Amino acid sequence: MSTFSLSGAGILAVDPVPWARAQMAFTLACHIILVPLGVSWAFMALVANWRAIRRGDEDALLLAQRWSKYMAVTFAVGAVTGTVLTFEFGLLWPKFMGTWGAAFGIPFSIEGLFFFIEAIFIALYIFGWKRLRPWPHFWTGVPIVIAGIGGTLSVVAANAWMNEPAGFTLNSDGEVVDVDPLKVIFNDAWPYEASHMLVAAYLVGGFLVASVYAVGMLKGRRDRYHRLGFLIPFTVAAIATPIQMVVGDTLARWVYNNEPTKFAAIELVSETDSDVPETLLGRLNSDGEVTGGIAIPGLASWLSDPSTGTSTVVQGLDAFPADERPTTGEVNTVHLAWDVMVGLGTLLFLLSAWYWIAWIFRRDMPRSKLFLRVASVAGVAAVLAMEAGWVVTEVGRQPWIVRGHMKVEDAATGNEGVWITFIVVVVIYLALATTVVLVLRSMSRRFRRQVELVDSDVPYGPREPLPETTEEAEPVGG
Amino acid sequence: MADAVAVVLFVAVSAYAVFAGADFGAGFWDLVAGGATRGARPRAVIDHSVGPVWEANHVWLIFALVVLWTGFPEAFASITLTVFVPLTLVALGIVLRGASFAFRKSLFRTSERRVFGAMFAFSSVLVPYCMGAVAGAIASGRVPAGGEAGDPWTSWVNPTSVVGGVLAVTVGAYLAAVYLIWDARRLADDPLVEYFRRRAVVAAVVAGVVAVVGIFVLRADSRYVFDGLTSRALPLAVLSALCGVGSLALLLRQSPRGARLLAAGAVASVVWAWGVAQWPYILPTSLKVSAAAAPSATLTTLLVVFGVAAVVIVPSIAFLYVLDQRNLLPEEGTDSRPAASGSTPAP
Repeated sequence: MSTFSLSGAGILAVDPVPWARAQMAFTLACHIILVPLGVSWAFMALVANWRAIRRGDEDALLLAQRWSKYMAVTFAVGAVTGTVLTFEFGLLWPKFMGTWGAAFGIPFSIEGLFFFIEAIFIALYIFGWKRLRPWPHFWTGVPIVIAGIGGTLSVVAANAWMNEPAGFTLNSDGEVVDVDPLKVIFNDAWPYEASHMLVAAYLVGGFLVASVYAVGMLKGRRDRYHRLGFLIPFTVAAIATPIQMVVGDTLARWVYNNEPTKFAAIELVSETDSDVPETLLGRLNSDGEVTGGIAIPGLASWLSDPSTGTSTVVQGLDAFPADERPTTGEVNTVHLAWDVMVGLGTLLFLLSAWYWIAWIFRRDMPRSKLFLRVASVAGVAAVLAMEAGWVVTEVGRQPWIVRGHMKVEDAATGNEGVWITFIVVVVIYLALATTVVLVLRSMSRRFRRQVELVDSDVPYGPREPLPETTEEAEPVGG
Repeated sequence: MADAVAVVLFVAVSAYAVFAGADFGAGFWDLVAGGATRGARPRAVIDHSVGPVWEANHVWLIFALVVLWTGFPEAFASITLTVFVPLTLVALGIVLRGASFAFRKSLFRTSERRVFGAMFAFSSVLVPYCMGAVAGAIASGRVPAGGEAGDPWTSWVNPTSVVGGVLAVTVGAYLAAVYLIWDARRLADDPLVEYFRRRAVVAAVVAGVVAVVGIFVLRADSRYVFDGLTSRALPLAVLSALCGVGSLALLLRQSPRGARLLAAGAVASVVWAWGVAQWPYILPTSLKVSAAAAPSATLTTLLVVFGVAAVVIVPSIAFLYVLDQRNLLPEEGTDSRPAASGSTPAP
């Protein structure tokens, strides 16, 4: 009867570690797609909202309203998928939390504050359209933006701490006996990782929302409403992209200096050497040889430290004991993910450059259909780049969960039924993802139909009674 | 200082019970509201009442979890190690519930609304039951400390856990019904006021009976907590009983406003009674609050964060509730309801 305690016996008892890893990776990968929308969409809606109030722009007002309604759905789903992660910290990694919770938890306690603010004000903003006056209503949206930024910076502080643990004292039994909260939060990796993710949130959110309107424009809906729906988010993304190139480059150099195993995995460096080539694609074999791919001589060394050029020495994987560095399979995963992130990032940068050049020379977005076609897949590309970036940092940290202190295998739960929960979670999340897309699409269809009928969604207008409560409904302020 | 953080933890837990408990209870009434036609009006009130506030209420849970794992990491690890199954059900139930609630509001076809509505309602019962069962597991001393997992099944399938689970569901239903009377009254819907008042009375009686039965179960199954409940936590238990009886009396005399406060008081004091009864243990009787506590700098940080929350969050939440209560947050308005009542072309 008790399948979870059939220790070692029977097919139901399976080593939980790989399943715990898979479940954590899967749920994180799903949740992170919603994060940029939660962080940056409110900002974009406020840009539209601002424009609407300042210039009496009806199209902008409609956009802001509709975006807030889509946000209601994505925020709800993001809140509950985030809750799953909260539970999973304990369910999948109880030994990690038991040992390190006193330090690792600190950034989350601050994140809790921001989450509170976000949940409260998003409700005010979404539900306040008809009853609050325009400017007070606008200002209820501002805390959402601030909370999104603060929340990102806090959560990433926790992740950065796993890469660069700091701010604690251990006793001889390896227990945390003293904590310096500020050093935990402001660990050395934090400024780089946090700014990278924050810019990514605006970049991905911008491209994702813009891509929907690019598709609409390609379908011939070239009205001012769609144009604005494209321009606001795309401009945000096109500002974020060049910034991200600089931030990402700085982070990579920090990784070179501080996380040598991760860097060696990124660059496929098996032996410590200078004049290391930058290998595009390709793979590391178990004998330490790199096959396939295109090697650009000396570039990895040069990028690591331009001041010493190609003579820069890059530490190889062989400089570390085999049980303290990623396995060959993990190295190849990290390297491929790195190529995907940098490759897609570069393409998005070129797309942004195209947009800016058109603005500079013609004061208008590029007219060509090709631009819209590329822009319509830019959202997906940006999501993939972000996912790949997380793969680099998470897989690149292996085998550690707290680098240098605790390995993933020592952190996991002993519950042997994790494979079951993994399967259940995958099924539920796939259904959830499908439904989210269908619901958002059906909302968009309904919005279009409404315009054709009559847009009864009068902003800041009188409240309508509930449908089912007929004339008894008290017409408050109506 | 560990004591102060334990108090913060129980503030979060009782806030979650009083606010989110009612949201879950609303889901229970949704579940038993009957068919699509008969249940339409109560469901509309439930939607209207839960819609703007459930996410903010939900954050108390996250806050409680974070305080637990940061302030008392060993307790958190022990709990998650032992009651893996009900906590997994809670997490998945929360996903289904939150998502289906959000979806239901954005959908129009009755068949679709029915599927998501059913999912919302079902998980609204499952989640509080499992949470109550986990509380029962902790209270009855079935969650051992020290990195060893307790029994994966009997830890939460036992008399105390059953009482905990049933009590959580009934108490949520009771709170929700009491709050919904007020919401129906705001909408000037007299039949629904009476509808929820009747249900509130029934739920109050049922919750009271479950609580009394629970005391006997605790006596047989959870001796330490029973002893605490009949000694140091006795004033709280009595307070809870008085609040419960008082709110029942006000419900019968048709004055739901005072009933609301007393109902919330009854539930909050049950939570506090539990906490005081198992004092000084966080996991009776293997782990004391002081032994489980994180280093003092971490505890200080948690207290500072809580102080900031009290200054920043409480007024914001109050603002949200006030607007909600004054009907200033009418609806998400995705749909501009008139379109729903007939003019939407068949799909």
